[in-house]
Amino acid sequence: MRYLPHTDADRRAMLAAVGQSDIDIDALFAAVPEGALRRDLPDLPRAQSELAVERVLSRLAARNVPASSVPFFAGAGAYHHHVPATVDHIIQRSEFMTAYTPYQPEIAQGTLQYLFEFQSQVAALTGMEVANASMYDGSTAAGEAVLMAHRVTRRGKAVVAGGVHPHYRAVIETVSRLGGFEVDVRAVDPATSFEADADKDTSCIVVQMPDAFGRVADLSALAEKAHEAGALLVVVVTEAVSFGALKSPGAMGADIVVAEGQSIGNGLNFGGPYLGLFAARKKFVRQMPGRLCGETVDHDGRRGFVLTLSTREQHIRREKATSNICTNSGLCALAFTAHLTLLGEAGLRKLARINHANAVALAKALDSVDDVNVMTPAFFNEFTIRTPKPGAAVIDALADRGIIGGVPASRLWPDAPTLANAIVVAATETTTPDDIAAFRAALEEVLHG
Amino acid sequence: MVEMPKVILPAVEAAAAPAPTFTGNRALQIEEPLIFEIGSTETTGVDFEEVAETETRLGGLERDDAIGLPGLSEPETMRHYVRLSQKNYSIDTGIFPLGSCTMKHNPRLNEKMARLPGFADIHPLQPEKTVQGALALMTELSRWLLELTGMHAVSLSPKAGAHGEFCGMAAIKAALEARGEADARRVVLVPVSAHGTNPATAAHLGFTVRAVEAGPDGTVSVDAVRAALGPDVAAMMLTNPNTCGLFEPHIREIADALHEAGAYLYCDGANFNAIAGKVRPGDLGADAMHINLHKTFSTPHGGGGPGAGPVVLSEALAAYAPVPFLRRDGDALRLVEHEADAPDGAAPFGRLAAFHGQMGMFVRALAYMMSHGADGIRQASEDAVLNANYVRARLADVLTLPFPKGAMHEVLFDDGFLKGTGVSTLDFAKALIDEGFHPMTVYFPLVVSGAMLIEPTESESKQGLDQFIEAVRSLALAAKAGDAARFTQAPRFAPRSRLDETRAARELVLSYQEKAAK
Repeated sequence: MRYLPHTDADRRAMLAAVGQSDIDIDALFAAVPEGALRRDLPDLPRAQSELAVERVLSRLAARNVPASSVPFFAGAGAYHHHVPATVDHIIQRSEFMTAYTPYQPEIAQGTLQYLFEFQSQVAALTGMEVANASMYDGSTAAGEAVLMAHRVTRRGKAVVAGGVHPHYRAVIETVSRLGGFEVDVRAVDPATSFEADADKDTSCIVVQMPDAFGRVADLSALAEKAHEAGALLVVVVTEAVSFGALKSPGAMGADIVVAEGQSIGNGLNFGGPYLGLFAARKKFVRQMPGRLCGETVDHDGRRGFVLTLSTREQHIRREKATSNICTNSGLCALAFTAHLTLLGEAGLRKLARINHANAVALAKALDSVDDVNVMTPAFFNEFTIRTPKPGAAVIDALADRGIIGGVPASRLWPDAPTLANAIVVAATETTTPDDIAAFRAALEEVLHG
Repeated sequence: MVEMPKVILPAVEAAAAPAPTFTGNRALQIEEPLIFEIGSTETTGVDFEEVAETETRLGGLERDDAIGLPGLSEPETMRHYVRLSQKNYSIDTGIFPLGSCTMKHNPRLNEKMARLPGFADIHPLQPEKTVQGALALMTELSRWLLELTGMHAVSLSPKAGAHGEFCGMAAIKAALEARGEADARRVVLVPVSAHGTNPATAAHLGFTVRAVEAGPDGTVSVDAVRAALGPDVAAMMLTNPNTCGLFEPHIREIADALHEAGAYLYCDGANFNAIAGKVRPGDLGADAMHINLHKTFSTPHGGGGPGAGPVVLSEALAAYAPVPFLRRDGDALRLVEHEADAPDGAAPFGRLAAFHGQMGMFVRALAYMMSHGADGIRQASEDAVLNANYVRARLADVLTLPFPKGAMHEVLFDDGFLKGTGVSTLDFAKALIDEGFHPMTVYFPLVVSGAMLIEPTESESKQGLDQFIEAVRSLALAAKAGDAARFTQAPRFAPRSRLDETRAARELVLSYQEKAAK
């Protein structure tokens, strides 16, 4: 087995050193109950060569349709962006990729410094004062935000606006219900997706911007409404590139901002690993979940970085911790911060402009198909169309023509009959004029051919 | 066996002050500034294709404030991160003997496979017929996990070990709800030695934690469990092998006692590396267990993540697995994404994350499993246990062992051997850094004073272990000989000397602030 360094002579010598006979490794497993020690698992394959493993997995991979191989318009929480080659090279540096959580800061300054830089970038993007060193993904970060609002306000009800991605809503409902409090979910009508009320029992209003239909709106009035009732405003963002184009959630009055960071530096990966961004006002910092990296000095007075405020965390506080999380998405955060360093402010703004311009061009093209309407008046790089046929059937027929034409709304909101014919469509910098033309022609054919 | 020559450490003069240079750099040790100090908001390292200017449809919400994001050119970016990387210790740098963390070799084949466009570049919501290979891979991974654990069902959703704990305990809560006993059973038993995630998880599910003490041999007795059991108990969370590096010999009786009392056994799977391919938790009576793919099946830890924590469930809990899950439909594989679409008998407790789990980690883990095969996985467990026992045997005369016998894949020492030396456990760990090694886990588990938990894993060769052992021996002898300065001033040769963690917490600086603003 190529990953195991011992020779049989090594094993014999080591067994002798521990005082066991040279054949009986099972003596080291003597505490295992009678009969539970297995000699074999006959239903599983035996060891395979590197070549053999590559062959099998490559063939499995070839049965999937990669986004870059076809005109591709699916979004809804995961976006097809280009990642510069430099980013993947950086995250494959051994010293980053194969390092552990930086519990010995003197020999983990590489990880700690980029986490500090990452926190600084996330705070700037979201318009907030503090950010943590990343979460599993945007949806679990949204769940943690609701738990945090509950801790801050000591109130038992969260209100989720209708435009929040239904999978995010489901995560919020699951963690809240299991934690013992109530979630009040608003309508899924795109026309009301930013509306929600707060009362004296409300811990927070959760709203997504751009929402799951792609719509954008000013959240300032909603923030005011939440604050008047003593509740927090939690803003969810699923498309991080939008920070380069749209007014920040912080500027609109958010108290906690959570986002999916996949769009910057991270591939689609069929849903994971992704990267949760989590930012808040500084006064709430002790109630935040996850890891925080802080600046300090070493014994010789030189600047250095450490994990800090760990007295919030499970390894110290155990059942009183702010969350049970002891993993972040360190390597995904590195991809994010390295890509954002390459972009800089000028590059991010330009990337966002291109995404928007391509989406506007796509909306115009699709709107020109007979009986197809763009339902989203203002958007960033994603919007919703209505077609005369069920969205799922249209997407299926488009896939047969080699086009991934978006996500049928019925896959996200199966219980909303008014959305049966709707499709959520996204464009990014990867979208070309030819892709748009191909999509338009195929849609015309599927609907009217 | 062949004895390695003893490492003779040079006597250290007074504390060596950092050698002064004009730049603050020390040859290859470069003082790398923050991107905020070297970048500019005008600089970008990315070229874009031109697009035609079009109308704007942002609804009047254009961002008009300065964001304040520094940019670097591509060569500057590369240099910044490569220089930072050189300030890190990693498993590719040397042994990472962190008990309970399982830092083993990360094969690059896994990375290559995970980067195939057919896995890395597919969208979680593209039509199922365009991702049949990915769904087949998840099915095959599930088969391996079920065979290795002897369990009934698996949920691939959880994104890390602690997320898996939440999933397994949520399934237990759902089962209790279905039995109408959720309100009556609100207590979860957790041994004092457990990972902090266990009590935190139980608390986040609304349970109360009742601690169970371990016996003088470091393991939990059936009597201790029976004494803590009652009609109010929902489950016990037990790590096996436990965090003292010991296999819980009474686990079957403990499982039986729990089941007789109407409670469930949750196994923390963090230490599965010791027994994979040799012992199946399902055969021991477990009802749920998470599997840290990043530990046992070597997906890289990446400075703290991403992880992946699939959960295997017993027949009693299988129905409550969260959405999404896989279903075979004739020749095709499908995803059940909504609770309403669940087949008869299934009662998912909800949803844990937006999409289908850590696909990138699934590819890496399956590549690792296929490379080893069941025979290789068993050999890996045996080598991991052998290595820990070898370390135990060769250090037992200079360190102190809190428990008289046994070690699985990790071995626990305590600080008894440092008594009266003026050297703390932390000092000892920092001195190991100067010797070129990442320290072991210190001060965990909490059941012994000044714990030092060493987990070499199966990746370490005998020669590599001998070097580590000699360094630890030399340090232990130096401490006992009164050379305290070597320890209290350590590390002296790392990129940073000891960092002021109190100041970091007291004067919180969590993001870059321009000097002028300070």
